Amino acid sequence: MLQFSFWDILSNLLIATGWTIILSLIAFVSGGLVGLILLFMRTSQIKPLEWFTKSYIEFFQGTPLLMQLFLFFFGIALFGVEVSPWLAAWLALTLWTSAFLTEIWRGCVESIPRGQWEASSSLALTYIEQMRYVILPQALRIAVAPTVGFSVQVIKGTALASIIGFVELTKAGTVLNNATFRPFLVYSLVALIYFCLCFPLSWCAKKLEGRLNAAR
Amino acid sequence: MVYHLHFEALLPYWRVLLDGLIFTIVLTVVSTVAGIAVGTAGASARTFGPAWLGRVVICYVELIRNTPFIVQLFFIFFGLPALGLKLSETTAAFLAMTINLGAYSTEIIRAGIEAVPKGHLEAGVSLAMSKWEVLRYIVLKQAFRKIYPALSSQIIIVMLGSAVVSQISAQDLTYAANFVASRNFRNFEVYILAAVVYLLLAIAMRAVLRGLGRYLFKAAV
Repeated sequence: MLQFSFWDILSNLLIATGWTIILSLIAFVSGGLVGLILLFMRTSQIKPLEWFTKSYIEFFQGTPLLMQLFLFFFGIALFGVEVSPWLAAWLALTLWTSAFLTEIWRGCVESIPRGQWEASSSLALTYIEQMRYVILPQALRIAVAPTVGFSVQVIKGTALASIIGFVELTKAGTVLNNATFRPFLVYSLVALIYFCLCFPLSWCAKKLEGRLNAAR
Repeated sequence: MVYHLHFEALLPYWRVLLDGLIFTIVLTVVSTVAGIAVGTAGASARTFGPAWLGRVVICYVELIRNTPFIVQLFFIFFGLPALGLKLSETTAAFLAMTINLGAYSTEIIRAGIEAVPKGHLEAGVSLAMSKWEVLRYIVLKQAFRKIYPALSSQIIIVMLGSAVVSQISAQDLTYAANFVASRNFRNFEVYILAAVVYLLLAIAMRAVLRGLGRYLFKAAV
């Protein structure tokens, strides 16, 4: 029988950690892009667009991420397209991330004083120009800390991709546990690796938040 | 290709799904109460307790907040039996949810406690109130009023996170949905239904929590 030493377990987990990082990064970037589009729609003052983004956010914030993964994994397959766990995980995490980021960023945009909107519109800037040159640069400063904070949620969210069969850190932990029957060791290591990924980000978010408050 | 949805295929399984929903609700309510108790104790220990206890609380909070819930669940359900502590899947689910919410609510309640002005504590002490009375009637009461909205949304997040307990075969709504899908192969329909039920549950919980807040604090929340 094949024997796994401690280093075998650790090195396998670290390889899988790479996939966790890649999935987190890709989901965060694409979720951010979708979130930015949704942010423009949400703050556009055009009723149908606002209504759409509101229900979009309500759906993705009001249902479990696990359900969203299942819906993408089984839903797309119905259209005769072969869905890899990778594609389903990416899509679900992207839309889930975008819903949360839109809400976070909307709060930042709304915290910009009304006078800024009025001043820029009196300078005949269009809505897009107002956002691009006046509102977003100011909102960005406030948005950094909560956005970094949310990236921790994305990393933790990727753990659920293991359930639809995407091999990342949690899935590798399950597989190694099945092979070695050392659940305490394996899951401790898995938790420790997640902690090493997430804690620096949480710490950064906290520091950034403190700095922002000091600036006021 | 056009796919026709067949929701009527779910009808024979309404009982299974209802049982799952009830389990999810009970799981959420019980672990909310227990989690807030843990959080109150944690936050009080962190602000008023000895320094070493405060550090233990910080470690607990950071460890839980920076690891995924599913890993915590697997650790409790698969890892702890190796130390001789064997739990049923239901107990493990309740325990994991409580520990998880406990960490988040510690952090939330602590923020509320720190927002209580120092003068209020001193005023309490000068009225010859004991340490416990100050904590109970002055600090916690004001702290909870301040952080109630944040705590409510955390409770809903934990409810949605509870879908994961299906992975250790605790029989919640997601478990029921998986079970039905394995019987009639109507995966998409059953997951749509489950997602909608979760959504309605989240909306209902938000309304109930808001009403409860009005009742408890006699102020708009």
